Amino acid sequence: MSDNYVPKSAVGKWFNERLPLLDLIYGHLMPYPTPKNLNYFWTFGGILTFCLVTQIITGLVLAMHYVADADLAFASVEHIMRDVNYGWLLRYIHANGASLFFMAVYIHMARSMFYGSYKEPRELIWIIGVFIFLLMIATAFMGYVLPWGQMSFWGATVITNLFSAIPIVGESVTNWLWGGYAVGSPLLTRFFTLHYLMPFLIFALVILHVWALHVPGNNNPEGIDVVKGSQDTVPFHPHYVVKDLFALVVFLIIFAGFVFFVPNLLGHTDNYIQANPLQTPEHIVPEWYFLPFYAILRAVPDKLGGVILMVSAIAILAFLPWLDTSKVRSAKYRPLYKQFVWLFFANTIFLGYLGAQVADGMYLIMGRIATVYYFAHFIIILPLLGYIEKTKPLPKSLSEPVLSKEEKEIIASGATT
Amino acid sequence: MSDKPVTRRNFLYITTGTFTAAGAASLVWPFIDQMNPDASVKALASTEVDLRPIAPGQSITVLWRGKPVFIRRRTPEEISEAKAVSLDELPDPQDDSARAKNPEWLVMVGICTHLGCIPLGQKGEYNGWFCPCHGSHYDTSGRIRKGPAPTNLEIPDYVFLNDNTIKIG
Repeated sequence: MSDNYVPKSAVGKWFNERLPLLDLIYGHLMPYPTPKNLNYFWTFGGILTFCLVTQIITGLVLAMHYVADADLAFASVEHIMRDVNYGWLLRYIHANGASLFFMAVYIHMARSMFYGSYKEPRELIWIIGVFIFLLMIATAFMGYVLPWGQMSFWGATVITNLFSAIPIVGESVTNWLWGGYAVGSPLLTRFFTLHYLMPFLIFALVILHVWALHVPGNNNPEGIDVVKGSQDTVPFHPHYVVKDLFALVVFLIIFAGFVFFVPNLLGHTDNYIQANPLQTPEHIVPEWYFLPFYAILRAVPDKLGGVILMVSAIAILAFLPWLDTSKVRSAKYRPLYKQFVWLFFANTIFLGYLGAQVADGMYLIMGRIATVYYFAHFIIILPLLGYIEKTKPLPKSLSEPVLSKEEKEIIASGATT
Repeated sequence: MSDKPVTRRNFLYITTGTFTAAGAASLVWPFIDQMNPDASVKALASTEVDLRPIAPGQSITVLWRGKPVFIRRRTPEEISEAKAVSLDELPDPQDDSARAKNPEWLVMVGICTHLGCIPLGQKGEYNGWFCPCHGSHYDTSGRIRKGPAPTNLEIPDYVFLNDNTIKIG
């Protein structure tokens, strides 16, 4: 990808001849050919990388002050908020950073769904992405347990109890997870260890994700194949470096808005009450980013069934490249899919709304309908659309859709002579 | 400087870059400062000590900011011994009156100025303190006399709140 990169300094040359690391980084960040029509939805990859690094750095410094012990954890978090220099800032960045990380990842996934970025030849990029998403869920959940407030404790209780739904060995598995007969110090300590480990696993997967992306190159809003190095591509630097940076600045303004003005908006007040194993809060809700899956869990009036369905809701994403039978990638050229994909997004947000309500009466019924629709989108609608949908004609190049009639005629006449 | 004219674009590059650098630098500070002593540590920055139980010739060691502080009620012999020393003999010359506000009471940080061990009291060749780690000898005023330590034992800030109480820090 970068055959002709030569470092300017003597030290750089010496290093690069022995280990072409600079060459590698340069190739992926500078001349990497990128479709010229990527819109702002394509900036979320960079934003997500920023989020991951921010979480790792703030997490690292928080871990210098946090104590993973059931008797001390809550007080140590208060110590961070009150005593540690800028502790409030670091913790608010970390807590809100998790929320914004999920906001960004959901937009990133929705973009991929809308423009068919998961399709051949980019299936593996998508699947690695699903694994990153899974690890993010695990990391965020364990991180939420660490402050050892009421929501931490009862969230941990509910989620670890999911494993008790496994037939026969369920109870032994939960006792193994807890290191006891209920949620307590042993669980907190192992969650802290894993919470520390997982971001680094995510980081490794992100490298694979980008590596796999840079083999076929980016998809684009038209969803057509682009020849690398043709008039349809531009070098990543400066075109997309600047675009990504601008998007990042806008993202950071929103981020700062949360951190400095409404740092607790996305959290739950009950988590400022120390964990009490003798009393469950009246209404348990997970963090907002888990609500759609939580609604699916509660939609099923069966313990094991609910767990299986919730896990399937995430696992089914990995099969998306094959469930979607259409060869056309972008929803721009798929009139029916375009409506269904918006319906899917709306339905998922609706599930999130339902996840925050009390699971009773109408909410439960609507939750069941929305759950059925969620799976129907993957199992019925997507496979069928590929056969019944009449797609619009695809452009031959990225320039074609934006050219005027006259320009097209000139090109066409040039092609015939 | 080159002959190229300064363009609007040059100006924008430099101002944008400068603002970004200043912003990034100011963002780094919280990540560094979080490792400095925090409010709960600073709240323990002074210690009050009741001197009444200490008889002449006795010492106590109190904890101040996580460090041992020696408080010794010196005997008249120790005081005269400390005052008799000529400053020329001292590696780190300091008069005894500069080290003890009240000659009877010697208050100093009990950490060897060499590498941080705690010297043993009333030991060594000068009847003061002796550090077992690397063999530094201190006299009855806590001044270094022999061995690798570079300076005298440190005197912390302290005040006599009344005749019987001191406040360290």
